[in-house]
Amino acid sequence: MPDTRVSLCGIELPNPVIPASGTFGYGREFAELYDINILGSFSFKGTTLHPRLGNPLPRIAEAPSGMLNAVGLQNPGVDRVIAEELPNIQRIFHRPVMANVSGFSVEEYAETCARLDGCEAVGWLEVNISCPNVHHGGMSFGTDPACAAEVTRAVKAATTKPVIMKLSPNVTDITAIAKACADAGADGLSLINTLLGMRIDLRTRRPVIANTTGGLSGPAVFPVALRMVWQVARAVDIPVIGMGGVSTAEDVIEMMLAGATAVEVGAANLVDPFACKRIVEALPAVMDKYGIHKLSEITGGVHHG
Amino acid sequence: MKQNRYTVTANRALAPNVYRMDLAGDTAPITAPGQFINLALDGLFLRRPISVCDWDEQGLVIIYKVVGKGTARMAELQPGASLDALVGLGNGYDVDACPVHPVLAGGGVGVPPLYGLAKRLLAAGKKPSVALGFNTAREIFYDMQFAALGVPVTVATVDGTAGKKGFVTDLIPEGAYVCACGPEPMLKAVHARASAGQFSFEARMGCGFGACMGCTCQTVTGYKRICKDGPVLEYEEILWSHE
Repeated sequence: MPDTRVSLCGIELPNPVIPASGTFGYGREFAELYDINILGSFSFKGTTLHPRLGNPLPRIAEAPSGMLNAVGLQNPGVDRVIAEELPNIQRIFHRPVMANVSGFSVEEYAETCARLDGCEAVGWLEVNISCPNVHHGGMSFGTDPACAAEVTRAVKAATTKPVIMKLSPNVTDITAIAKACADAGADGLSLINTLLGMRIDLRTRRPVIANTTGGLSGPAVFPVALRMVWQVARAVDIPVIGMGGVSTAEDVIEMMLAGATAVEVGAANLVDPFACKRIVEALPAVMDKYGIHKLSEITGGVHHG
Repeated sequence: MKQNRYTVTANRALAPNVYRMDLAGDTAPITAPGQFINLALDGLFLRRPISVCDWDEQGLVIIYKVVGKGTARMAELQPGASLDALVGLGNGYDVDACPVHPVLAGGGVGVPPLYGLAKRLLAAGKKPSVALGFNTAREIFYDMQFAALGVPVTVATVDGTAGKKGFVTDLIPEGAYVCACGPEPMLKAVHARASAGQFSFEARMGCGFGACMGCTCQTVTGYKRICKDGPVLEYEEILWSHE
């Protein structure tokens, strides 16, 4: 039996498959469908200090081999997540969960992380400095190395848990942001968040999405994500979680060869609620096919021509 | 919710751009009229949510209007085609909550789920009446099917080419209990005329099962996901400012 275990910032996972934030809620809907304990972990819905309704509808649009979304960080706020969602997460999932955090100021990021620091169920903090769908916040922190470093330092000071900074692909040089986060003390990086996109309805000549622009995800972005994971993994010495269009066990292995230690699965969960279960179950056979005995050994194993 | 495969047994036009598709397969996950299915279609990433018109042990009926790429692809499907669908999505109408004489008000392609509702209301010993609104006479569908159930049916057309000239609202007694489905302006007008009832909403959805927050609206009782907590909302909880 091939060994699918990986270690992420000191925490051992049975496999590297992690549903991505915003595509898995707080686990409730999926736990009704299958035993989610087969997953490496999951990253829960992006959580902010205060509750947010998010953006007006429509928030979703079709794209070639993918989709656009502009949900706008709808969430009940960190206090309700701690009071209502984390106890349920502990009931349905028996390993550390990844807490995805967003903010609109450095202080807000730090405060939200501080409140989650005492939560036993939380293994890592995944700090989203890359949301393309909120104004005056989110992505603006992830497009400037100095801002990214400032958020990293503030969050690190607020928590004892491993801090994973989630990076935006909507930058000229993602390695500059990655290095800034690593130098500021980040324990890991996850990438990519969605690529900023847009669709127009030909009948109405208006943007399909009420927010005008939205984030592109799905198989369409996989090669872009893979390239960025490869670039970042070579540029830093901390673990990288690869994500962006991952839909199959083969995609997981490709991401890991590019340099990922673990892999998040996003949009695939929305069109196939069993996507992660399917990937986890397919991994051993695909590893066998490619002669991989120990999955953790292939990270960064791409040969250079 | 269940993920199942279905076989297309019929797929034909009922009116211009409006099609009825019959699907054979497991319908056990369907627990209420007004629920929907989410269909995977070749070449498209997102599934397409379509309300269930009617169902029995062998299969289900959906009625859809061709409005874009997804529904155009559906219209091309031939009998024998196999489809992957998530079934039993959404809350649906609460038959028990309806009084003895509810009015079922449908506008255009909002009409289909009311047919399944009418059958379940009749089975529960209730006596619904049906008010249907269309733009023009040639767009009318399913009026005869409702009539065949033995329920009173009235029709309105915007251009007056059939039934009463005007909107479906004009067919509804002031203060009625209404189960409605249709475009949002219609729902809003019906809501203003009714005193109670259940209203089914439509939205562009990501997942259709409550995971992505792609279709959330604000209600009196808090944020609701149209796909999971809806698509049917209670009269009292609807806030029209949510758009």
